[in-house]
Amino acid sequence: MKKIYSRPKSLKKTAFHYCPGCGHSIIHRIMTELIDEMDLQDKIIGIPPPGCSVFAYNYFDIDMAESAHGRGAAVATGMKRAYPEGIIFTYQGDGDLAAIGTAETVHAANRGENITVIFVNNAVYGMTGGQMAPTTLVGQKTTTTPYGRDERMEGNALRISEMLALVKGVAYIERVAVNSPTNIRKAKKAIRKAFQAQIDGLGFSMVEVLSPCPTNWRMDEPEAWQWVSDVMAKEFPLGVLKDVTGESHAS
Amino acid sequence: MSIVTKVLMTGNAAIGEAAIRAGCQCYFGYPITPQNELTEHMAANLSRRKGCAFVQAESEIAAINMVYGASLAGVRVMTSSSSPGISLKQEGISYLAACELPAVIVNMSRGGPGLGSISASQSDYFQATRGGGHGDYRTPVLAPSSVQELADLTHRAFDLADKYLTPVLILGDGILGQMMEPVEFRHEAPEVPPVRSNALRGAKGRPSRIVKTFTSNPSTLEELNWSLFRRYQVIKQAEVTYDTFMVDDARLVVVAFGIAARIAKGAVKTARIEGLKVGLLRPVTLWPFPAAKIRKLAEDVKQFLVFEMNMGQMLEDVQLALEGSAEVSFYGRTGGVIPTPSEVLRVIARLYHQKGLHR
Ligand SMILES: Cc1ncc(C[n+]2csc(CCOP(=O)(O)OP(=O)(O)O)c2C)c(N)n1
Ligand code: SF4
Repeated sequence: MKKIYSRPKSLKKTAFHYCPGCGHSIIHRIMTELIDEMDLQDKIIGIPPPGCSVFAYNYFDIDMAESAHGRGAAVATGMKRAYPEGIIFTYQGDGDLAAIGTAETVHAANRGENITVIFVNNAVYGMTGGQMAPTTLVGQKTTTTPYGRDERMEGNALRISEMLALVKGVAYIERVAVNSPTNIRKAKKAIRKAFQAQIDGLGFSMVEVLSPCPTNWRMDEPEAWQWVSDVMAKEFPLGVLKDVTGESHAS
Repeated sequence: MSIVTKVLMTGNAAIGEAAIRAGCQCYFGYPITPQNELTEHMAANLSRRKGCAFVQAESEIAAINMVYGASLAGVRVMTSSSSPGISLKQEGISYLAACELPAVIVNMSRGGPGLGSISASQSDYFQATRGGGHGDYRTPVLAPSSVQELADLTHRAFDLADKYLTPVLILGDGILGQMMEPVEFRHEAPEVPPVRSNALRGAKGRPSRIVKTFTSNPSTLEELNWSLFRRYQVIKQAEVTYDTFMVDDARLVVVAFGIAARIAKGAVKTARIEGLKVGLLRPVTLWPFPAAKIRKLAEDVKQFLVFEMNMGQMLEDVQLALEGSAEVSFYGRTGGVIPTPSEVLRVIARLYHQKGLHR
């Protein structure tokens, strides 16, 4: 009998602590599959954030170090500059990357730091209990926007990937989702491309992943997965926002 | 045999040069007066050097987190700033201390609080010696008082950081950073700088490694805090450094650090010419603090004068050291005001006579 599915070598045998239906577990799964497939386990270093994924190092069987909230891109910069042979990625939530860590992210991108950012957008602060994130949609209820996000007072959902696509040092940005088998396959392809961009030394690569948070969205899992396509992806359209990987491959 | 020659340099550049010769491979900084010559020295000398990196960061917060990243990768790394910037670095310093990562942080301090002034000050003593950021930790703090000592202590800072796996602070000030003095460098930069054995460089031929503090189990963190403090105990035993000047027959001892000690030394010399039995104790390590030496001095000396360019911060450490065994007076100028030796001499002379030490 042919084995078509097994636990990736770089995924530890530890049960995930994530809620049922949470996107983080799926993203971890496809990333560890890629680490195996691309043979990166012995040269990759991950930097997970404060956030629901703070314990990512309990699951990834690779070198990992915690980061201060939002500082992932700066930590990765220091690490990559000190050790250019390493493959360095940050794993960051939307509060982490798009609020407190905006400056670090924008400037790492602008320097064209040769690192990969996995940006998990679940439109809320998961770990701290479902407060408004910069990516919270207008009208969306969170614990700090109990009447729904009001753009006149709280602003609009911030589209970081679109902003960063304007930055010259960026090699590759794609927005994906992990709410259906098709989308998960696309997400995996995008992350592969992002890692490859780094391996090829092309500069800053980022994959934004729309990721369900059933717990803080107060939805059951199918509802949450549906909401990603029906509502979230309207504000955050899926697709490639910047890609220079083809250009340099041609040369 | 290598020939050692003296060169004329600003204190800031001397730190940079000493750091490179100590094998510092990465420097991350953000412009702030009065330490820009250091950042510029690193830009000129590190950015094109093989295997080295210089980044002008977007903020001091980013710079210290780059330091954290480079230290994780196992290389010698430094950042520098001045008071307002050092406040921003406290988050990162706390993480470095918690994760037991070596790094050297230079504070060429200036007048505060707030944006303050760009003139020299010593008002960051509390911040430097009490940890500075959140959580239970300390960092060794070195306080040079000449350009030569800036160079020597920079080298020592890297050694201490590696030996005790801790961030180490150099607390200077705007005068030390910007003045020029002859300095000699006693080391050549290593051909191949060493990489720390516990670095994160990918799990090649060994199990994967995690560097972190976060835990859902408070007793795990308590154990980490205990292990840090056991190490601090060793540092306190082994690394206290100070300098004394004419304390043997002294009736009054001035305690001062850094540039203030240099000013005080001038005053003490003149006091001696005038027949006053005055000495000087200069802590070189502010943490660990030379408390035992001060207690020992108090067996013979009953009057101390703490002189600082702040409102009285090291004063508290002197009081703690003395435990009431001698009298302590304080003289301070702050906000970036730089006192003269004759001003300090007046304070010494007045105190000397008020307390009847001339009798
Ligand atoms: C300096 C600092 N401020 C606040 C926090 C508290 N905190 C931890 S995680 C987090 C945000 C989590 O949200 P997000 O980044 O969106 O990740 P998620 O949990 O949703 O995956 C916050 C505010 C912290 N750890 N550090
Ligand atoms: S709170 Fe949301 S993001 Fe956090 S683990 Fe649960 S579902 Fe995932």
